[in-house]
Amino acid sequence: MNAASFVVTTNAKVVALDSVPLLSLDDFQRVVLERVADGCRVSSMFGTSPTEIYAVLADDVHTRLLIMKTTIKRGEYPSLAERCPQVQLFEREIAEQFGLKPIGHPWFKPVRYVRSSTGRDAWNRPAGEPILPGVGDFYRVEGEQVHEVAVGPVHAGVIEPGHFRFQCHGETVFHLEIALGYQHRGVERALVGGPDKRSLHYAETIAGDTTIAHTTSYCHTIEALSACKKNARSHALRGIALELERLANHVGDLGAISGDVGYLATASYCGRIRGDFLNMTALLCGNRFGRGFVVPGGVGFDMDDARKDDLLRRLDTAEKETNNAVNLLWNDQSVMARLEDTGKLPRETAIELGIVGPAARASGLTRDIRCDQPTGIFRFAQIPVSSYDSEDVFARAYIRKLEIARSITFIREQLTVLPGGAIRADIEALAPGSIVVSLNEGWRGEVCHTAITDADGRFSRYKVVDPSFHNWPALAYALRDQEISDFPLCNKSFNLSYCGHDL
Amino acid sequence: MLKVIFARLKQGHRTIKYPAGAPPSMPDRFRGRPLIDSGKCVADCDACVSACPTNAIKIEKSNGKKRSIIDLGKCIFCTDCAELCPHRAISHSKDYRLAFDKREDLVVSGDQEELRLAAELNKRMKKLFGRSLKLRQVSAGGCNACEADVNVLGTIGWDLGRFGIQMVASPRHADGILVTGPVTKNMELALKKTYDAVPDPKVVIVVGSCAISGGPYIDHPETNGGAIGIVPVDLFIPGCPPHPLTILDGLLRLLGKIKDGKPQR
Repeated sequence: MNAASFVVTTNAKVVALDSVPLLSLDDFQRVVLERVADGCRVSSMFGTSPTEIYAVLADDVHTRLLIMKTTIKRGEYPSLAERCPQVQLFEREIAEQFGLKPIGHPWFKPVRYVRSSTGRDAWNRPAGEPILPGVGDFYRVEGEQVHEVAVGPVHAGVIEPGHFRFQCHGETVFHLEIALGYQHRGVERALVGGPDKRSLHYAETIAGDTTIAHTTSYCHTIEALSACKKNARSHALRGIALELERLANHVGDLGAISGDVGYLATASYCGRIRGDFLNMTALLCGNRFGRGFVVPGGVGFDMDDARKDDLLRRLDTAEKETNNAVNLLWNDQSVMARLEDTGKLPRETAIELGIVGPAARASGLTRDIRCDQPTGIFRFAQIPVSSYDSEDVFARAYIRKLEIARSITFIREQLTVLPGGAIRADIEALAPGSIVVSLNEGWRGEVCHTAITDADGRFSRYKVVDPSFHNWPALAYALRDQEISDFPLCNKSFNLSYCGHDL
Repeated sequence: MLKVIFARLKQGHRTIKYPAGAPPSMPDRFRGRPLIDSGKCVADCDACVSACPTNAIKIEKSNGKKRSIIDLGKCIFCTDCAELCPHRAISHSKDYRLAFDKREDLVVSGDQEELRLAAELNKRMKKLFGRSLKLRQVSAGGCNACEADVNVLGTIGWDLGRFGIQMVASPRHADGILVTGPVTKNMELALKKTYDAVPDPKVVIVVGSCAISGGPYIDHPETNGGAIGIVPVDLFIPGCPPHPLTILDGLLRLLGKIKDGKPQR
């Protein structure tokens, strides 16, 4: 491997754009395959123009990120998806956004059902015709007793829109295909030309339940590009907010999993306790989802002693009540029996699909940005990685249970040793002609923001990858050979974001 | 089994007393609507106007007098205007009550004291829905935070069911729809179809800045800038996202269960 195949950087560290090597298409694809075979993950792969594709690979073993690019001629290139399944959705996304066609892609469909920005259409659809979401070919199983079940975009609960198509044989699901794009509202497009007064608010609303993780990634890109010197206090406060976000969602998910197996006691308790954790975030910044807390240069609100004591007190109560509610699940054999061996995602499949977050850790992997590619407070304060290898709904529930305990311990520690100093530093003009990748372990997994600045220090491309983008295919896979009635349970065990995927 | 009973005792009865009792206390840093102290405003300053990410603030001048106007349907309740005001004239109200039945009532003066909050449904509608209102929720773009805080109302802490209000699985079972999100182009048809599938007469409630004006996505061609113009709206609940108490207050107001700040039987 010669050194010029990629530029090496680390999480939230700026490199000059012209240091990113331009590889021939063959070399680019060869390097991606080699690195992925060697244990790297494709964190992000995106187009910047109708002729250029970037790849960001995460090398977790060496705590580094590899960036490279290639040029596409004549609007098409041979697809890598068959040999490297984790790029399949990226290739479809690039095709949809820039009209670049991956020849030989095994399932070449739109991702969000929108027009490309270049006027070129990878599917040769007539320009004037509207593109209808979820309309098109779906994978079909043929046979006398095979039937198809279609669900969505409007679901039965208070849930975001998406379309699910099941190929069933009796109660058994042979195949599930998921069509999204209903939540597409143009976030990435609108971030180009920024940062401006709305950019932070786009980051806050990429996925409302992941506000802290996304704004932290956004702010890390801004701070890196402006060489901002943040204070340790703001790092610690951001870490506390990130773990509160994880706590609220993990507790809520355990309640929802419990509800989907019909065990209403824990479902009721956890539904309420989730609110207690959201209220702790509101104690920090006035908003239950952490809006306004993470801002470029630091945090928007400080922590005083009274607030700290209040938070510690609330944390103690919530911990006791959570344990009480969650242990009921583990004490009940019929609940455990429903979770065990349901919705399996084998370890090897998780590696192949590039799965991240608790879903990956429940398939025996130890992927966790807080440990593998740490930034902020996580460079100094480590949270042990929770991993379990039963690969099923039980494992995904168990990971959450373990992480709830770890996050509470972390917050308590951080509150007792909170460093002093200012909470906000100044932001200068952004470095021109640069690229920075900012990773963060949100509660669903890796949040990846890549910013490229133009000659004036404005975003010429801002690529967001929500963990859901990696993980939706895992849900489809986990449903294979399951009973269709287990779909809600499997779905909740992943609890993926539609808006984070659709952007 | 004993463990389940002990857990039940430990978890206790946790439903809020409101509206019969006091509402749950709001966090001290809670941001209700922005209040602009016109006494502190300086003649040629428009820092808040340019700071606002959704252009919700306007300044009108007549006879040398300055008047600030805020569109609460556009406001995303961030801190930007307050932070960038050089004269510290902007603060946020701590009042959670923020539901309106007319779009124009959301456009308020920066120092307006009383808001024209939503009135109850007309007699016929109240007779139909006052004791039982079934809603189909349609999530149409946005970030899922409004949905999350609508969902919260169904938990034991809030217990929306005790007011006869319930989120149902099908529009055919519903008396109305509750819309969140800026109504993306990709959700426009689904929203219309859902609305059409609800039997008449029906109500439409929009929750969150997105559903009222588009919120942060206000001028995005990928969205419709909210539900107005696609479905006729009866109740507007602004916020980004609105606090669950704000949503509950709006629903109870619509059903005439709160009048002049007091619970009604």
